[in-house]
Amino acid sequence: MADILRERERQIYRKGQQQPFQLDCEKQSAAGSVSQRACVFCGSRVVLYPIVDALHIVHGPIGCASYTWDIRGALSSGPELHRLSFSTDMQELDVVRGGEKKLHAALCELIDAHHPKAAFVYATCIVGVIGDDVDAVCKRVSLEKGIPVLSVHSEGFKGTKKDGYRAACDALLNLVGTAPIDDISPLSINILGDFNLAGETWMIRDYYKRMGVQVVSCITGDGRIDDIRRAHGAALNVVQCSGSMTYLAKSMKEKYGIPFIRVSYFGVEDMSKSLYDVARHLKDKEMLARTQAMVREELERVMPVIAEYRKALEGKRAAIYVGGAFKAFSLVSALRLLGMTTVMVGSQTGNSEDYEQLRELCDEGTIIADDSNPLELSSFLEEKDVDVFIGGVKERPIAYKLGIGFCDHNHERKEALAGFEGMLNFAREVYSSVMSPVWQLTPRKRGKSLEVVK
Amino acid sequence: MSSPLRITNSSPRPNWVSTRNPCKACAPLGAALVMRGIAGALPFLHGSQGCATYMRRYLISHFREPMDIATSGFSEASTIFGGGENLRQGLDNVTSQYHPALIGIATTCLTETIGEDMHGLLHEYRTKSSSGTENPVLVHVSTPSYSGTHVDGFHGAVRAVVEQLAEAGAAPSAYFGKAVNLFPGLVSAEDLRFLKQVAADFGLPITLFPDYSETLDGESMEKYHKIPDGGTTIAALRATASAKASIEFGRTLRAKPTAASFLQERFAVPAKRIGLPIGVHESDVFFAAMEKLAGCKTPEKYRQQRGRLVDAYVDGHKYLFGKRAIVFGDEDMVVGLASFLAETGVVPVLCASGGKSGALASSIAEVTTHLRDPLSIRDGVDFMTMSEEVACKQLKPDFVIGSSKGAKLARELGVPLIRVGFPIHDRIGGQRILHLGYRGAQQLFDLVVNTLLELKQNSSSIGYSYL
Repeated sequence: MADILRERERQIYRKGQQQPFQLDCEKQSAAGSVSQRACVFCGSRVVLYPIVDALHIVHGPIGCASYTWDIRGALSSGPELHRLSFSTDMQELDVVRGGEKKLHAALCELIDAHHPKAAFVYATCIVGVIGDDVDAVCKRVSLEKGIPVLSVHSEGFKGTKKDGYRAACDALLNLVGTAPIDDISPLSINILGDFNLAGETWMIRDYYKRMGVQVVSCITGDGRIDDIRRAHGAALNVVQCSGSMTYLAKSMKEKYGIPFIRVSYFGVEDMSKSLYDVARHLKDKEMLARTQAMVREELERVMPVIAEYRKALEGKRAAIYVGGAFKAFSLVSALRLLGMTTVMVGSQTGNSEDYEQLRELCDEGTIIADDSNPLELSSFLEEKDVDVFIGGVKERPIAYKLGIGFCDHNHERKEALAGFEGMLNFAREVYSSVMSPVWQLTPRKRGKSLEVVK
Repeated sequence: MSSPLRITNSSPRPNWVSTRNPCKACAPLGAALVMRGIAGALPFLHGSQGCATYMRRYLISHFREPMDIATSGFSEASTIFGGGENLRQGLDNVTSQYHPALIGIATTCLTETIGEDMHGLLHEYRTKSSSGTENPVLVHVSTPSYSGTHVDGFHGAVRAVVEQLAEAGAAPSAYFGKAVNLFPGLVSAEDLRFLKQVAADFGLPITLFPDYSETLDGESMEKYHKIPDGGTTIAALRATASAKASIEFGRTLRAKPTAASFLQERFAVPAKRIGLPIGVHESDVFFAAMEKLAGCKTPEKYRQQRGRLVDAYVDGHKYLFGKRAIVFGDEDMVVGLASFLAETGVVPVLCASGGKSGALASSIAEVTTHLRDPLSIRDGVDFMTMSEEVACKQLKPDFVIGSSKGAKLARELGVPLIRVGFPIHDRIGGQRILHLGYRGAQQLFDLVVNTLLELKQNSSSIGYSYL
């Protein structure tokens, strides 16, 4: 068992062993706990990153730009401006004298060189401390260059990753509602909270196209500034990554009266339900029939393959640690479809409703953890004798060091995991992680029986 | 500079204000890496939560090993009122969870800007916690991210740790005045293992610092180790003051205060500074230094390795002569690679780094004296500037050599990228690349030649079975 910090004891729950259910969450990480979370800047940067025709410039010392250069597998069908790293690279003198002039010059030269449709300026920690008026610089450049230049108040210390999501949504809200919407169909939606990792937004768009739904904008997968400016013309906001995008959806509901629904594109059950929910919401009978036909066709294609994988995976144990809890729900169901049990599940940023839902979904004995850290995670993996761990880059070495399979379900992934096709990819990846012969050589699997053959 | 005419350091157009695709990371990252090279230590960043997480991710993607970095996790209140309370709580929590022998604390841009008094805060913490049963050693280094690069943070941390730990008379008598301190700079885990092997073969006791050869390239485990095994011990670091001599790698360090210069000034430990031993010439300098310190000849196995390397240079010289390379990365890695390439007949037409020690051009001039071709040396540059330089000066490179961050540049130029140094985020095994010594040069040489042969074979309509 890990030495669990006293401050963190109420952020870990074992189903069935503790009554009543209680899990603390949405707290600042305990100092020194080696949280897997990042900061406000990270929240803003990941949300806005996939907008491919905007200039993204980090105002601050070089680190924040270096560590987020080409960091996400968010694909573009056109411009690739988002994959470049731009920074004001503040030096000591800039800190002393203020960085406004440098920011202005940097923005002007980059806009002249790259002709973006808009620019996002990310304010990092010390910008907030030295008091640069980033808004004023953005306003001035916007007038001079004739494009939207939006400040993103993402100073790392000003809250958590979730506050960064909010800062990103605030910047987006300045764009929405600034372009004409005359030619938009009543059967139209915005895709919110899909980031086109490995082309997932394209797959989802294609489903909607087959259903007869017009997609006005994708926020932010393969995102385009001109589309986002017209987003207020859609009939419905379909929100996937609820942690990052609910605020935007709620704001658009207030301002433009656009309703929103929450969906998930992971796993065949959640995927099908999402498409049906959209069809029902748009109240078009033919569309519902088309959706049913499409879902049937897709299921007939993928289910026999999944059944094959299930034969090998039945009874295997999985652990999940992801950024947003919404993804965890779908993963628990998707793993169950593969015959696997989730023995540990946690997230960086879940809220109490999320965890309540997770508790209902999970089996007895499952560990649920909020804002966990490497020592806890490694002890959970050992205790539960996990076969495959699902998480992101920072979780990978914890599993691998212990000789445990791992699947990347984070923003660096190169395999599309959304949609029906994505479920097949997911099944294949879990299968190839669990079934690899390399585990037979690891000390953990061979344990103390590892002796040189005499 | 030995031949100023052939070295140019001029820029192709007025300098850009912004940094576009950086060829550097920030200072605390280098410090965290050094702290990971101390036995039983945990790196700790005094600043926002994100710094630790981003740097963990950056390092994990290279080493593919657990890399825990704790943080004081600043909030708005700590930024206004000071982070003393967060620091105290963070140190307490790290101690109770990890039971470290040492906590290596580095500052960040945030804590430097608000002017945290680290000496005062840590003094207060030590005083208050002195009654506790478990008191890890605390060392700290100032690493404002707005000054220098990850390499400056690395060297700064090496110096800070030695300054704070070295003690006169701390060495056991069997060790006293016999051991040598070796400060290798930012090299691979394999390079560190190589250096330890060389010292063992010379029969010379050394203190290698930092030593992340095991902590960041460890074995598969049955049970998770909170802090990975390996690293330079605290006792060895204390004993650096009583060493016979210090060797440090890094021609571009120049007048910079370093661990070796500190030990020389304070404890009269003679310091010898040489280049990173990459290629025959720079490795010869290293082995000569080792011979002098050990008082014996270079062991036969290295003499053979050198002979085999020279034989390989001869076998492959036609494939390389006159080929044009772009070399980029950390300054001293660039100097070492330029020296190696130049001695094989390759012209390093552009040598570039995000670092700005001021000594890159003169150091490259020192190691490429026999080259007649003009070289472009650019320090403090980013990848887009390199790309513009290539176009503007029509450098027509045959290959690019450096970290994986140059993948985009190589792709644009339509030439291969040979991945060496740090970081390597898009291939496996960056920590196991051997750059140093004759055998390191052998591996680099085979890699460079075979990359060019493969290109020749693949781009030929004939294919060729013999090359």
